[in-house]
Amino acid sequence: MPGNFITTRFDAMLSWGRKFSLFHYPYVTACCGMEYMSTACAHYDIDRFGAGMTRFSPRQSDMLLVVGTITQKLAPVLKTVYDQMTEPKWVIAFGACTVSGGIYDNYAVVQGIDEIIPVDIYIPGCPPRPETVLDGLLKLQEKIKAQGQDWRWKKKTS
Amino acid sequence: MEEKDVLTALDGAFPGDILESGTSLGDPVVRIRPSALAAVAAFLKTEPWTFTMLLDATCVDYPDRPERFEMVYHFFSLARNRRIRIKASLPATAPEIGSLSALWKNADWLEREIFDMFGVRFAGHPDLRRLLMYDGFEGHPLRKDYPLRMRQPLFKKREAS
Amino acid sequence: MTSAFSAAARPESLLINMGPSHPAMHGTIRILLELDGERILDADTEIGYLHRGFEKTCENRTWWNLLIYTDRLNYVSPLINNLGYAMAVEKLCGLAVPERAQWIRILMSELSRISDHLTCIAAMAMETGAFTAFLYNMKAREYLWDVIEQTTGARMTTSYIRIGGVRADLHRDYEAAVRKGIEETRKVIKDVRGLLDKNPIFLGRTRDIAVMPRDEAVSFGWTGPALRSTGIAYDVRKAQPYLTYDRVAFEIPTGDRGDNLDRYLVRMAEMEQSLRILEQCLPRLRRETTLSAGPTPPPLDPVEAIKAGRTSPPRSPVRLSPNLEGAESAVLPEIQTSDRLYAPPAKEAAYGTIEGLIGHFQYFMKGHGLRPPAGEAYAAVEGGNGELGFYIVSDGTDRPYRLHLRAPCLHVVSALAGLIKGRLLADIIPTFGSMNMIGGELDR
Repeated sequence: MPGNFITTRFDAMLSWGRKFSLFHYPYVTACCGMEYMSTACAHYDIDRFGAGMTRFSPRQSDMLLVVGTITQKLAPVLKTVYDQMTEPKWVIAFGACTVSGGIYDNYAVVQGIDEIIPVDIYIPGCPPRPETVLDGLLKLQEKIKAQGQDWRWKKKTS
Repeated sequence: MEEKDVLTALDGAFPGDILESGTSLGDPVVRIRPSALAAVAAFLKTEPWTFTMLLDATCVDYPDRPERFEMVYHFFSLARNRRIRIKASLPATAPEIGSLSALWKNADWLEREIFDMFGVRFAGHPDLRRLLMYDGFEGHPLRKDYPLRMRQPLFKKREAS
Repeated sequence: MTSAFSAAARPESLLINMGPSHPAMHGTIRILLELDGERILDADTEIGYLHRGFEKTCENRTWWNLLIYTDRLNYVSPLINNLGYAMAVEKLCGLAVPERAQWIRILMSELSRISDHLTCIAAMAMETGAFTAFLYNMKAREYLWDVIEQTTGARMTTSYIRIGGVRADLHRDYEAAVRKGIEETRKVIKDVRGLLDKNPIFLGRTRDIAVMPRDEAVSFGWTGPALRSTGIAYDVRKAQPYLTYDRVAFEIPTGDRGDNLDRYLVRMAEMEQSLRILEQCLPRLRRETTLSAGPTPPPLDPVEAIKAGRTSPPRSPVRLSPNLEGAESAVLPEIQTSDRLYAPPAKEAAYGTIEGLIGHFQYFMKGHGLRPPAGEAYAAVEGGNGELGFYIVSDGTDRPYRLHLRAPCLHVVSALAGLIKGRLLADIIPTFGSMNMIGGELDR
C-alpha cells in the first residue's frame, strides 16, 4: 500500500509512541554495566527519555541493550535471548567490547556482537560516559522515527 | 627467623622430597617432589605452622623444560601472618598431581581451573571438569603452544548485511 | 556438565537454570538448581561466562601496556587492581615509590573501596526490592567518581596508578571535591542504614541466612569483608601494611555470625572507616603555596621547543598539552620513581632535548623499556572483596612470562552452592548479593 497522508501520519504516531517508550533488556555482563547503572540512576537519568523501564524478560522488552563483553561461551545465550524478543526490536551495542571485541582479541571473546545478531546503534567507549550512552539512545530514537513502522497487518519496510 | 624455622622443619620432616628451599623477596619458597604434595600440605596445615588457608594454586608452563608444568601453591597462616610458596614440577606428558580438595574446600575450583587452562589432572578430585571454558572447547588455552587468537565459536557467524 | 547434574537429580524435582542472563546474577553466572517447589535440593554454579583471557593476553603485552587490562578486573574498584599489579612489579624490580605518590595511592584506593561497597550494597538491596537504596548509593558514587575524574580524566577505567608511582598529581581543586564526596557518602550511608538496618523485611531475608562458620570460611579461602563477617579480623592493610597504611588510624569491623546481614553490616562499617582514612589523607596531601622564583619566560609550544632544542637546551619551559596536567617535570619526582630504568622521562625533556627523546623512545619501544629482572613475585593488596594478589613471573624480557591473579571472589563464590543447599529459592538473591561477585575478577 503506497504511502499517503494517513499512512505516514499513522507511521509517525506509531514511531512517536515506540521511540519514547522503549522498554529495554539490559544484557549486562561487565564493566560497562557500571556506566549503565550510572546512566539509569538519578544523576544522568535515562528515564527522562522514556527508556527507563527495565524489563528483565525478552518477551516484554523491545530494545536489547548489550552491555559489556560477550564471550564465546555466552554467545549462544545472547542469540537465544534475541530470538525470544518479539518484533519490533532494536539492539544497541554498548561499549567497545560489543562493538568489536574491544581490547580483547583472543580465544575467548566475540569480536563484536554483530557476528551474532543485527545491531542498530553502536556506542563506542571503554566504558562510554553516560552522556555518550544518552546520545546513542537519542540516535536510536531518530532511527526509529525514520524507519517504516510495522503495523499488525503490514510488514515493516526499511 | 621464622621463615628459616619452617624451612628447616620441612627439610627435617621430608628428607628426600625437598628439592630446593629458600626465600624469594621475603617469602619462603620450597620446591618439592609432586608425590609429596599432600603430605607436605597436611604437615604445614597443622600446629605449629598453622598454614590453614590455601591462598592460591596456579601453574606455569615452561615448554622448554623436560618438567614442563610447574605447580605453584601459596599457603597462608592467619595465626602467624606468614605466607609460603610451594612448587612442584610435572612432566609434559600426562601431568598429574594429588588433589588438595580433601584438605581445603577451595582447592576444588582452583584445581578445576588449572585443569581447564593447562590440562593438569588431579588425582582424587571429586569432579574434575572445565571451569571457565565451555564444553566442547578443545585444548588448554594457557599453554604456550595454544595460539592467543584461536577461537572455537559455538555459533554460526552472521553474514554482515 | 549439565548432563551429570541432571543425571544425578531426583526424578520428581524441577531442574531450572538461574542465569547466565539474569538481573540478580550480576550478569554472568549460571546456577543450576534442582528444586522441590521452592526448596533447593542441589545446586551447581557455573562460571566462565566472562572469561576474557586476561592471563593469556597479558603474556602478549608489555609490562607497561597491560595496565589497562588490570582496570577491567574488579571493575567497581579499578584503582585497587592497578595498585596490586604496580606493587607486584615494584616488588620484583625493587622500586622505591615517592611518599606523595603513596598518599595519593591510598586516597584513590579508598575512594575505589567505598565505590565498591556502595555498589555491592546497592545491588544487594535492589535485588531484595529496596530500590531506593540503589538510587541513593549511585548518587554518592557519582560524587566519588567526580573526584577520580578530576584527577585522572576517567570515571572508571583510569589506568592511573602506574608502575613506579601515579600518572599525575592531584587536581588543584581535589580537596573540595573529596570533602563533598565524603559529606554526600556520609549522608547516603545514614539514609540507607535508616532504611535497611532495622527493616523487618530486609532482616527477614538476611539474618541467619547462609551462615558460614569460621573454619569453613578459612577452608574456602575466604578473605575480605566475607571473612571478617565470620569474626576473623584479617585485613591485608593491617596484617602486611603497604603504602602508608601504617600511618593512618582505622579499625577493622567484624561480624559474629557470618550470615548475609553480617556481610552487609561489615561493608557499611568499612565504608565509614574508609571515609576516616580519606579525612586523614587530606592534610598529608596539602601543599603549601609555593613562592614563585621570579618571572619565568613564556612557555614554548612543543614544536617550537623541538626546533629551538636542536641547537641548545631550550631556556623557556615547554607548554604541555592540558592532558598532561599534573605530570610536569616540576612535580614528577614526587609522583613517580626516580629510577630511570623503570619510569618514562619527563615530557619536557622528551620535547626539548635529544637525550630525553631517545630516553622516551627507549622506554616505549617493543623489546626495550621496562624489563624487570628475571624472577617471580607475589604481592597482595586489600581489594574490595579481599586479598587481591598478583603472582608474576618474569623472564627478563619486556613481556611477563606469566601473570596470575589471585581473585578473592573466586573463593567466596565457590562456597555459594554449599550455602544455598536446603534453603529457599529466594534466599539465593541476598546471599549472592552479599558475596559481591564481580565477573571480571571471578572469570578473568
